[in-house]
Amino acid sequence: MSDLVADLLAGKHSALARVITLIENRSSGYREIISDLHQHTGTADVIGVTGSPGAGKSTLVDKVAATYREQGQTVGVIAIDPSSPFSGGAVLGDRIRMASNAGDMDMFFRSMSARGSLGGLSTATTDAVTALDAFGKDKIIVETVGAGQNEVDIVRTADTVAVLVPPGSGDDVQMLKAGILEIGDVFVVNKADLDGADRTVQQLREMLQGRSGRPDSGHHGPTELAGDHGDASDDDSDDEDDGSETWNPPIVETVANRGEGVEDFLDALANHGDYLDRTGRREGQARERFAAEIRTLLREDANELLVDELDRRGGIEQYVDAVIERNTDPYTVVDEVLAPLRACLDERRDGA
Amino acid sequence: MSVEQEQTERTIRCLVAKVGLDGHDRGAHVIARALRDAGFEVIYSGLHRAPDEVVQAAVQEDVDVVGISILSGAHNTLVPKILDGLREYDAFDDRLILVGGIVPDDDQAELRGQGVDEIFGPGASMEEMIDYIHENAPER
Repeated sequence: MSDLVADLLAGKHSALARVITLIENRSSGYREIISDLHQHTGTADVIGVTGSPGAGKSTLVDKVAATYREQGQTVGVIAIDPSSPFSGGAVLGDRIRMASNAGDMDMFFRSMSARGSLGGLSTATTDAVTALDAFGKDKIIVETVGAGQNEVDIVRTADTVAVLVPPGSGDDVQMLKAGILEIGDVFVVNKADLDGADRTVQQLREMLQGRSGRPDSGHHGPTELAGDHGDASDDDSDDEDDGSETWNPPIVETVANRGEGVEDFLDALANHGDYLDRTGRREGQARERFAAEIRTLLREDANELLVDELDRRGGIEQYVDAVIERNTDPYTVVDEVLAPLRACLDERRDGA
Repeated sequence: MSVEQEQTERTIRCLVAKVGLDGHDRGAHVIARALRDAGFEVIYSGLHRAPDEVVQAAVQEDVDVVGISILSGAHNTLVPKILDGLREYDAFDDRLILVGGIVPDDDQAELRGQGVDEIFGPGASMEEMIDYIHENAPER
């Protein structure tokens, strides 16, 4: 175990910060660190917060974190901001809104930039959550830029996903398009004091009632579909334990900058946590998450192996030339490059 | 950005911090943007930060550069507090500490003696600052 890991486990803030930096940079040795940390994880509640820019995510997260801190819980926040496609640089501005927790070291806030990577960001986020979990944070909040495919991937890191919808965020088609109705466990209409908030709540409610039998996003187990009654009765008794209990996402109204509705939001998060425990879905989610993580890493590593193999064979250009000349085709090229790998695996299997 | 680039070129992270009572952050905004355009990741603190808030941000964000902007003249009291805080969290040695603002010559010598790496006055150009960071950002 490296000194850095030992320092992190001992609660040293600078070590935690440095580990996250190594994760972000994919620096040599970061994998060993995550491996060492893994056995120390599994105790934190992970909450994902997403929603369109300007919905008030940072302000709500600030108040939520402050409330958790008042309850004596330690909190870690990862806030993701976009990076410039041109310079690769970024201004990470969410920290400004964490005013309620300023100077409180047990509220660990870390800004991450998207760094132009699609798949890589969700891996980095998952690893950063691992670091915060191993450090001993009780609650970990992952706050993402907006609502795109990237966000959908990232929030899968979370046990409970909150989606913020600002008032007047367009008609119901807009909400359909955003594609975020499927991933939310709790919906928040923030800035509920603004005109149009009631209408947004109403639209959201209608959309959510229509989502029964929704195509599974992978966030919940496929078993949930089987038990989905699809009726609008939100009167499922709490002690139902036959596994058929479904979760009807609540809609919470908040005015985050005044702290209104924050308690309701925390109750909704806690209820969802209870539901996960009661139905055994927390374990199911963890299994899915690890399966997804293993698949992602396999893909990344296999890809790296193949990049090296391509280089060894003199690069991709000659193959492209041959394809353009109609001397070969992409499928044949792939077969050719993969042939040694296939042969090797077959040999091993037969030998076993 | 190619995979190779990502591995060899580390992204430099900078904190742009406004500390104390001065209420002018136009300059800080301009600097934040210029650093972003230079490919750095910039964390902006917002106005009216206390020294321990700046320390918290510098430690948690694990920045390479702590840029402190002070126009109020309170640098002699505020900057040392930040430096002490960074030392307390083992976050001083591998960080570049820059001060921007109006700092008289005598005070400049004093601040440098306490551990500030460089001071950029009103005449400093953005290129100067970016070049300085590229050349002096600590190895990690």
